[in-house]
Amino acid sequence: MNRAAKALAVPALLLVAAEIATRLSGTTSLAVAPPSSVAVALLAALGDGTMLAATRDTLACAFGGLFVGGAIGLVLGLLFGLVRPLDRLMELTVEAIRPIPSVALIPIGMLSLGFGYSFEIAIVAFACVWTMLIMTRAAIGGIEPRLLEVSRALRLSTLQRIFKIVIPAALPRIIVAFRLAAGFALVVAVTVEIAANPQGMGYGILIAQQSLSPQLMLAYLLWIGLVGYGLNVLLSLAQQRLLGRAAMGEVRQ
Amino acid sequence: MERADLHGLAEAGACAVGAAAIEFHNVDLSYSGKPILAGLSLAVGKGEIVCVIGPSGCGKTTALRVAGGLIKPDSGSVKVGGKPVTGPRRDVAIVFQDYGKALLPWRTAAGNVSLALEAAGTPARQRKERIHALLEKVGLHGHADKYPTEMSGGMQQRLQIARCLAQEPSVLLMDEPFGALDAMTRQTLQDEMLSIAAETGATVFFVTHDLEEAIYLGDRVIGLLPNPGRIGTIAKVTLPRPRNQLETREMAEFLRLRRALFDFIGKAEG
Ligand SMILES: Nc1ncnc2c1ncn2[C@@H]1O[C@H](COP(=O)(O)OP(=O)(O)O)[C@@H](O)[C@H]1O
Ligand SMILES: [Mg+2]
Repeated sequence: MNRAAKALAVPALLLVAAEIATRLSGTTSLAVAPPSSVAVALLAALGDGTMLAATRDTLACAFGGLFVGGAIGLVLGLLFGLVRPLDRLMELTVEAIRPIPSVALIPIGMLSLGFGYSFEIAIVAFACVWTMLIMTRAAIGGIEPRLLEVSRALRLSTLQRIFKIVIPAALPRIIVAFRLAAGFALVVAVTVEIAANPQGMGYGILIAQQSLSPQLMLAYLLWIGLVGYGLNVLLSLAQQRLLGRAAMGEVRQ
Repeated sequence: MERADLHGLAEAGACAVGAAAIEFHNVDLSYSGKPILAGLSLAVGKGEIVCVIGPSGCGKTTALRVAGGLIKPDSGSVKVGGKPVTGPRRDVAIVFQDYGKALLPWRTAAGNVSLALEAAGTPARQRKERIHALLEKVGLHGHADKYPTEMSGGMQQRLQIARCLAQEPSVLLMDEPFGALDAMTRQTLQDEMLSIAAETGATVFFVTHDLEEAIYLGDRVIGLLPNPGRIGTIAKVTLPRPRNQLETREMAEFLRLRRALFDFIGKAEG
């Protein structure tokens, strides 16, 4: 309670200071607005459903891309991690494609897929593939060699080895990779919307800016932050649920 | 368990036919040109407990891994139960020193034992009962639902032993299994190991750096010399069984062997 109060003290003071400063200066800036009018704009946009619809569109694309790209990255990461010759064969190709910033694909995506969900999902998916691929592959490379030796000594079949040893052993790091990819997914989705795709929260910010409404623009900014924060909390809870007591023990160690 | 006459067979050396549980025959092995084992020949009788000592890096673990089929020798052969070793086998169980790494942290004690049964294709219906019996045997009844990280070192090593026993092995290969445990726990586990070996009649190949442990447990103690690893001495242990932590360790024979092996290690390291 006391800690929460302390943690909230600084933001509260800053808000009050911002309110006073914007009111006293009588600014007509298009980039700032008094916190109170931002709050009003936020409630209004939430009330008339526009912001919720924008949130739905952005999250649909972020999650769609996350699942498509994450699944591709996971499967490739598992394959490359398990089959070293394949990994060496593909290394150059992967290293050549990976550094391409996903947003640099916006023009191509726009041309080939047009505006809308599939375009945005494709760009997000491209961004997510690499995080999952690289981190899954590393997770498999980082498996305790003794565990693999145990699976040999007990004569587990290849499938048993993959499903009973490799995947569970790599799971904690794969989940971390998924959380990281989820963060990227939101960032990339909003970026695509600001840059090109006329939908979602990113487009909402852009429109607010162009219609000279800083309070709505800042309301969107605040809302995107809240959505990102909520997403992270949810994923972190899911991580604890998934890994359970054994993983908590590992963390303790 | 009549161990006395097995010595005779085993001592006849690598050519003992049929009765030997583990036979190394002229095993050579090198890593990137450096010979690690050279001309290693040894026969371990059925039901015998052979302890292997030697300075660090002399090839004890390597010899054990060859017997377990985890690595292939460059030349020479290893047989277990009369059959050449071509890879890990169900009748040969390996107990690793680093129990913390050898156990699956995401599985409970019961789940870890279950892994060996799953690998062996034991039907799910029969597993529960077997797991219960195995945990009971190593003194872990009531801990079936604990995760390895919730157990002490001694309990974790017991768990690994239970998992190995699930294979119903005729040969147990143990690589410094009690080396990381405190003195009291180590002695308890030594006695438990001896009673399990006596009960199951398993042959035990036991690597340790602790001379007293080797004498206390073994029917024979093999001393390895380093660079390359080869047999430097073989000491027959005639101490009566069952052994007793206080009495056995005070016997004149125990002290004599300890002296002799201590000198051997001193020379081997020097
Ligand atoms: N995988 C390996 N590659 C190269 N050298 C190794 C490998 N494993 C063991 N060695 C070397 O072989 C020698 C014997 O090792 P090891 O059998 O582990 O000795 P010990 O168990 O007696 O301490 C050591 O010098 C060690 O460095
Ligand atoms: Mg060793």
